[in-house]
Amino acid sequence: MPKTLFEKIWNRHAIDGDDQASLLLIDRILLHERTGGVALKSLAETGREIATPSHVFVTMDHVVDTLPGRTDDTLMPTGRDFITTTRREALAAGLTIFDIDDPRQGIVHVISPEQGIVLPGLTLVCPDSHTCSQGALGALAWGIGSTEAEHALATGSLRVNRPATMRITVHGALRQGTTAKDLALHIIRRLGSSGAKGSAVEFAGSAVDDLEVEGRMTLCNMAAELAAFTAVIAPDQKTIAFLQDRPFAPKGEAWEMAMRHWQDLRSDPDAEFDTEYAFDACEVVPMVTWGTSPDQAVPLVGAVPDVLAATGDEAEARTRDYMNVMPGAAVSDLSITAAFIGSCTNSRLSDLRRAASVLKGRRIASHVRAICVPGSGQVKAAAESEGIDKLFRDAGFEWREPGCSMCFFAGGESFAADDRVISSTNRNFERRQGPGTRTHLASPETVAASAVLGRIGGVADLPPLQRETDA
Amino acid sequence: MIRFTKVESLMVPLVCDNINTDAIIPSKEIRTVSKNGLADGLFAGWRYLDSDRTPDPSFVLNQRLYAGAEILGGGENFGCGSSREQAVWALAEYGFRVIIAPSFNSIFRRNCIRNGILPVQLDPGPVIAVPGPVTVDLEQRSVTASDGRQWSFAIEEEAATMLTLGLDEIEFTLKSRDKIDAFRDADRAERPWAYL
Repeated sequence: MPKTLFEKIWNRHAIDGDDQASLLLIDRILLHERTGGVALKSLAETGREIATPSHVFVTMDHVVDTLPGRTDDTLMPTGRDFITTTRREALAAGLTIFDIDDPRQGIVHVISPEQGIVLPGLTLVCPDSHTCSQGALGALAWGIGSTEAEHALATGSLRVNRPATMRITVHGALRQGTTAKDLALHIIRRLGSSGAKGSAVEFAGSAVDDLEVEGRMTLCNMAAELAAFTAVIAPDQKTIAFLQDRPFAPKGEAWEMAMRHWQDLRSDPDAEFDTEYAFDACEVVPMVTWGTSPDQAVPLVGAVPDVLAATGDEAEARTRDYMNVMPGAAVSDLSITAAFIGSCTNSRLSDLRRAASVLKGRRIASHVRAICVPGSGQVKAAAESEGIDKLFRDAGFEWREPGCSMCFFAGGESFAADDRVISSTNRNFERRQGPGTRTHLASPETVAASAVLGRIGGVADLPPLQRETDA
Repeated sequence: MIRFTKVESLMVPLVCDNINTDAIIPSKEIRTVSKNGLADGLFAGWRYLDSDRTPDPSFVLNQRLYAGAEILGGGENFGCGSSREQAVWALAEYGFRVIIAPSFNSIFRRNCIRNGILPVQLDPGPVIAVPGPVTVDLEQRSVTASDGRQWSFAIEEEAATMLTLGLDEIEFTLKSRDKIDAFRDADRAERPWAYL
């Protein structure tokens, strides 16, 4: 019987179970200080041991500061407790830890692919909802709770209800200037923020094939905002080239064996999905969100909806009130006070390169505070070796240390109450980036362009650079 | 974990779609590496008017009628967003035992089951329309309003057992340790590249 990619990975890992639920073998467990520390601590308190410590990786990303010269002390009042507890428990359990001073440290979903921890065909879990980002490498990777993390650590397995399957096929090719982020917002806008409710989503089609691996991670990352169980993309030559020679990827004969195994990691031609959607990439344009849910997205050239949805009028009114936007207003009329480039969605080298190319030779508007936070120490180092940091700094951006930073407000640094932030992150929820802060999600290049314009706008809105003329 | 059998209580109506875990427990309310001490931060952004934590009288949870209520009625995609289990720990510590919503985020739902909160997938609208206490019976898979009207709901057997017995899932799984080990050994022989 033909099988989907998801079913192939699921079936191979099913220790026990039936059509409804299975006990799955877990190949990799990733933890961060925010939700992983409490799992490690609780496990230690019950005296349980970790089944396979060599398959567990720990990083500091969520509450650690991203200002230069950072230490265990954080702007968030009790952040130190999260960092030191996680470190203590991880070291005591003999786990691999990417600590604050480690050049490999960074956002969990950035460093795992970078280090070759995630591989096609593996099961990978992390107490973090954006774990689905790593499905871009052809793994079955999904977010769990801390109690489930304890279970995975103690038993090397997890009991999981079998999700429904969904395929989202994107035909055609993305137009120049549109990115994986725009595609993701386009899809979320169409399907709604519970559009993939609990499903294992496979992204497929020529536009997905055309994406580089980092763009695929952006697309899969945003599946969390569709309420998907996870997202996955079949591995191809790009995936293999991306992973080859990464520190934790198999080497030599093991690598050859792995590549043979990966050849079958694609949905069979006649495989059936519970739900199928098709999109045309040509219809995708640069997008931005106007509201407090990621599905409240419009084209950059669009406007805040003026027709209230049939249901939830009150909720929409509340959203407009929080966001201080008028029905029918053009989003490009919205003046911004801050810009943020970072997060597990858009903080990889290709993201920073594209944003930097927009900033080259330009300055951000004087009333805008702009921050760039590379996703990992390796991204930061690579960007600096290319001079990208200088382009950001010269344009007026802060250039920071790796971490989740201001993707969310944890009690330390935040944007101001009336700040309107254009952000390359994944969630525009009320208060997500600070009390009263208004968040507009967009691609890194749109964030860069908006920072220069001082209002929401795209690269196409920027005045051409003045040519340097010979004296 | 407390065993779940039956709960009778008023239902707090918070019927709004896409209530996310940032709203249930804002990140800044998560101050310690602990599963406790979170109830005060529950819905903090909506519950309090200011940093002195003056209760916002317009927020439903602050209405005296609902003091001690154990059932929460929510909208579609309840518990979406961050995987933070602190959201469920906060709800449980506050006293909620049941959440009735048309749909749940999958991570949030699993977190509920592992912390003694019964997620009932059901539109709470018709239940809220009937004044008075609501009875939720896990064994009968039923929700009964004060006028006797009844709705049934479904939950997978394993989750129901876990809730009813207040089971420690790790203990339960470790009974199959030999089976897991044997599976892993066989898998290692077939996929040595997947092992570190």
